[in-house]
Amino acid sequence: MSSLTVEERRRLLADSIAGKFPDARGRFGPFGGRFVPETLIPAIERLEAGMRAHLHAADFQRELADELHNWVGRPTALTHAPRLGARWGADVWLKREDLNHTGAHKINNAIGQALLARRLGAKRIVAETGAGQHGVASAAACARLGLPCTVYMGAIDMERQAPNVGRMRLLGAEVVPVTAGDATLRAAVDEALRDWVADPLGTYYLLGSAIGPHPYPYLVRELQAIIGREARAQLLERTGRLPDALIACVGGGSNSIGIFHPFVADASVEIIGIEAGGRGPALGENSASLALGRPGVLQGAYSLLLQDPHGQVQETHSISAGLDYPGVGPEHALLQAAGRVRYETASDDEALAAVKECCEAEGILPALESAHALAGARRWAAANPGKRVLIGLSGRGDKDMPTLQRTLIAQLEARAQRGAA
Amino acid sequence: MTAPTATAHERIGAAIRKAAPAPAIVAFLTAGYPKREQFRAHLAAVAAEADVVEIGVPFTDPMADGVTIQRSSREALAQGVTLAWILDELAAMPALDAPLLLMSYLNPLLAFGYDALATAASRARVAGFIVPDLPFDEGDDLRRALEARGIALVQMATPVTTPGRLAKVCGASRGFVYAVTMTGTTGKNVAVPEDVIAYLGRVRAVSPVPVCAGFGIRTREQVARLAGHVDGVVVGSALVEVLERGEDPAAWLRALRPVAG
Repeated sequence: MSSLTVEERRRLLADSIAGKFPDARGRFGPFGGRFVPETLIPAIERLEAGMRAHLHAADFQRELADELHNWVGRPTALTHAPRLGARWGADVWLKREDLNHTGAHKINNAIGQALLARRLGAKRIVAETGAGQHGVASAAACARLGLPCTVYMGAIDMERQAPNVGRMRLLGAEVVPVTAGDATLRAAVDEALRDWVADPLGTYYLLGSAIGPHPYPYLVRELQAIIGREARAQLLERTGRLPDALIACVGGGSNSIGIFHPFVADASVEIIGIEAGGRGPALGENSASLALGRPGVLQGAYSLLLQDPHGQVQETHSISAGLDYPGVGPEHALLQAAGRVRYETASDDEALAAVKECCEAEGILPALESAHALAGARRWAAANPGKRVLIGLSGRGDKDMPTLQRTLIAQLEARAQRGAA
Repeated sequence: MTAPTATAHERIGAAIRKAAPAPAIVAFLTAGYPKREQFRAHLAAVAAEADVVEIGVPFTDPMADGVTIQRSSREALAQGVTLAWILDELAAMPALDAPLLLMSYLNPLLAFGYDALATAASRARVAGFIVPDLPFDEGDDLRRALEARGIALVQMATPVTTPGRLAKVCGASRGFVYAVTMTGTTGKNVAVPEDVIAYLGRVRAVSPVPVCAGFGIRTREQVARLAGHVDGVVVGSALVEVLERGEDPAAWLRALRPVAG
């Protein structure tokens, strides 16, 4: 999209700020849309009509606000991080989505869509999950509302994220292993879509990120935008001033669009999304669809995509399972094309270093996903001394203990042994 | 004076109607599966018996397909089968009697580029395209590029498509309308219930082009049951399984046709 003129970029941004996206065709500028089999069209149209009838209705919003406050535990804290700030030479603030029930921002969307599903008369919920966080959030939300829940999860992910599989089952969900395709998140989305196609009237598909066919990217953004609204109000109330930069990690892009969206119109705030740089820029070594991908259609939307020259979708890599996806939400593709948000990468090693630094400096164990945002913020701070940065800390790192045990903790233990010798 | 050349769109319709009163057989095979080297031989054998042939372009994320076609796609990709390779193979083959359609998810077509695709498809004597993840309201750009070369873009109808939308889908479809006969993905063996027959009647009532029923068809009894209710039947997963087992696809297709009399 580098071929856009300055004027075209300005218009895309102005239209975005004016709330013109998604348009009637579900497009964010050129991105988004509804690229699904004809069998899904009636289900998606019914979802869209139901969403329009309920999502912004006062009684639905009251019900949602009540669950978010009394069950999820919102509002989440905005934490000033002076020791990280001293290390980086910046004024650092953390929006603490790790403090949510079930440990990440995913629950904001899961409880919102589950409430919507109940209003639409759904008999059961299906969801996909990669790392298991959305699966756990969906299972919890369904238990809370008394809805049966089936979670599709790649067989490889089930092995990598065994504790989350157990959590989902404890919460009453049926977890179905997906062995097709790459046996990870992409295959799980395909399988959940197939399930929905088989019973579009009785089943509600609770998609976990700001991806997929319209209206999901919009619906998920609306449910996650509470992160940015709270953070903006909290920071203004505490300090009377907006941040100079806002930074969040981007996989499918739900926590990031949630925190970015309420700041898009604030021209003074530089917004940066951090994707998983993995082991490097070569195809297959990362999950950086915006930084390194090309436009294409995957799982219902036209967006940026990691693909080979023949349009085949590439396998991806990231140390963080939650960022390990070859596509990205269409609104991020728009914000990049419009020049409003810059997308960069942080590598596996940078993310691990950021986990360690955040633990040591602030007593917070961040998720590996969120650690990418911390790594990006550290880099930004080095180039912008003394400035203020707000970071979306999307989840907590307890789920990452197996990975951390193999990496950071193994290093610490080796050092302790050398010290003892 | 020579008669104007029939467009590919018209050739597909004529090939389907020629089979009447029996339903035409529209046969699907995944390009390069089970083995890439067998593609031309398999295609020739299938095209000798079928009235229309659909060639599956493998894709990494075949969301509308069942396990058989998912598996065949993955293995074809592993052997390096690409859209460009398929088009080159077709261009190099002698012309076949049955019109050929490519069935592809959208992204490989986007990556190829629509104008380049229309040119290359024309050279390869491809008569039409079926794109399962391209509903008709998103299809204007591709439809325009293909129509400039007389190539058909087939649309799909389903039992849950609303009446207003059904008329639009059928009106936009070229070659034939692909009527999905069950609300699910490909490859499952199903009986043909009365409500499906009624649904096919609704599609035919509004379609200006022939109607072919697909998804889940694998026996002569099913084909016989559909006779008089559709212009053609699509056989996909079952034929892919025949090729997988190394059996003769032409004999198997022949056995699908209702016994005359």
